[in-house]
Amino acid sequence: MTEHKNIFDKMMTLDRRWVFLFLIIVCVATYVVDFEIPINTEPEVESIFNFLDSLPENDIVLIAIDYDPNNLAELHPMTYAVVEHLWRKKVKIIFTSLSQLGPAMADQAIRDISDSLKVDKTYNYNGVEHNFKGREIVNGVDYTFLGFKPYYALIILGMGQDFRLNFPSDYYGTPLDDLPMMQGVINYDQVACVVDLSGGNITDAWISYGQGRFNFPLMLGLTGVMVSQYYPFLGSGQVSGIMGGLLGAAQYEELADNPGRAKDGMRVQLYAHYVIILFIILGNIGYFMTRRNRLKGGN
Amino acid sequence: MKRQLPFLLVFIFGAFMTIQYYIPHESSEFVYTFLLDWTMIIGIFALALGIWSLYQVSVEKIKHKKENWVYSYVTLFGLFIMVVLGFTFKVGDSWGLYSVFVIALMAFLYCLINASIAKSKGLWFGLSGVALVVLLGIAYFDDSWGVAFMTSEGLRNTMFTNFADFVMTPILATMFALLAFFIASAAYRAFRARNVLASLLLVSAIIVMLRFNPYMPFGLPELIAELSNWLMNVPNLAAQRAIVIGIGLGIVATSLKVILGIERGYMGKG
Repeated sequence: MTEHKNIFDKMMTLDRRWVFLFLIIVCVATYVVDFEIPINTEPEVESIFNFLDSLPENDIVLIAIDYDPNNLAELHPMTYAVVEHLWRKKVKIIFTSLSQLGPAMADQAIRDISDSLKVDKTYNYNGVEHNFKGREIVNGVDYTFLGFKPYYALIILGMGQDFRLNFPSDYYGTPLDDLPMMQGVINYDQVACVVDLSGGNITDAWISYGQGRFNFPLMLGLTGVMVSQYYPFLGSGQVSGIMGGLLGAAQYEELADNPGRAKDGMRVQLYAHYVIILFIILGNIGYFMTRRNRLKGGN
Repeated sequence: MKRQLPFLLVFIFGAFMTIQYYIPHESSEFVYTFLLDWTMIIGIFALALGIWSLYQVSVEKIKHKKENWVYSYVTLFGLFIMVVLGFTFKVGDSWGLYSVFVIALMAFLYCLINASIAKSKGLWFGLSGVALVVLLGIAYFDDSWGVAFMTSEGLRNTMFTNFADFVMTPILATMFALLAFFIASAAYRAFRARNVLASLLLVSAIIVMLRFNPYMPFGLPELIAELSNWLMNVPNLAAQRAIVIGIGLGIVATSLKVILGIERGYMGKG
């Protein structure tokens, strides 16, 4: 005899393939249809933007691209948003990548952003219009890419002594002393701040061994699931700002008036969250109605 | 002595690294830098050991035809071929005999792996020799591609970059993207208001998910954003801080036990 299932039972035990199907339809539809959603910014991201925006020309920022392709969707847009903003302001960047699969992505991001900065563009933020004149981004002048070395905690400590200690040459094999922007740049003392874009526990090392020991301003770009874990460091002042997941990247794009892949992705993420919430509500309605029916039936 | 010496070394260097943190003197910094160098050197040996171990485990798996043994070939091919291909780059317009070189390289590895597990070792060694001659011949005579060890020209145009951009990155990104579907399914099944604690978790999760929702009326987005910020900055902060402090104290206690020779697990047996 087949057991009769009412609608609430079905809501409770919906085949997960329906969830997958509904989610993929919503993801594809919101990605294909081009519309903009308003992004509200948060103080955690504003503090990063304001600090970086206040840097004068030729200052140096160290950006650590400490993530693998796993976290590409969330963290790559952050890299694009932050790096493009800094290069527009002619701030120089030292890149490192202490994650094994990071260098190839960092290299790819550098190539892409360099290309996009060749054209003139007008940005409008903080109530001011900024005219950017397209320019060539030059290795060794606008940036230095140190590449990857294993044992990140040691590398972070070593860079506090001298960048040349662990990286006598850059990623492309040029000795650091031959790069114009590295003249007189010894260690973190010559760096305005460190921005760690990370999808793992390398962030802990940047906080403990980097900021804790060398006391530089540290800003974090993390995946969505990591954010809550690092709030204590924001409260204690060890971290100056946190960008969390795609939302953090979209907020940075909004602040820098440079809509890109994060704001595009936020459409998908927002509606995907709606779908998840809808299914949670359905599941709970099914749960409560089934329980009520059971109690009514005296079971 | 065999056991005492490692304990002594751990005590001396552990104690030094703790104390030097508080001594901002040039000589202390010098020893500290020197020790960091040593740590890197020792670490490299660990890396070599890891590669050897991976090779051994994979060959054993092939030898005894354990479950999914075929994938061990993929592991070994990936490991060694990437090392070689990672440094090759195109010189002219075409890749010339590069594809033959790749096939010869795979054949060489296949024969070499079989030579270490098969009974007729001579045959496999002979075949691997032939493959080696072919691949070295192509590498020597074919001018349409070159080999670059960490040079600017090579790294900008290597097979390594191609593999990273067009194979590794899409594969890993896709694998991780699939997680979204499992999270959606898991959320649907797990987030049920069964009791007070589960209800709290459910409501908190929905508030945090909705914190950037711009479409709700009557100032609700602001209210939800404020609620979400409160959740992150008060209950979450308190719990995370307790965890961080607990972990910190645990690390200090464990480090002290290692330095003082109470914890000896790193020595292996005994």
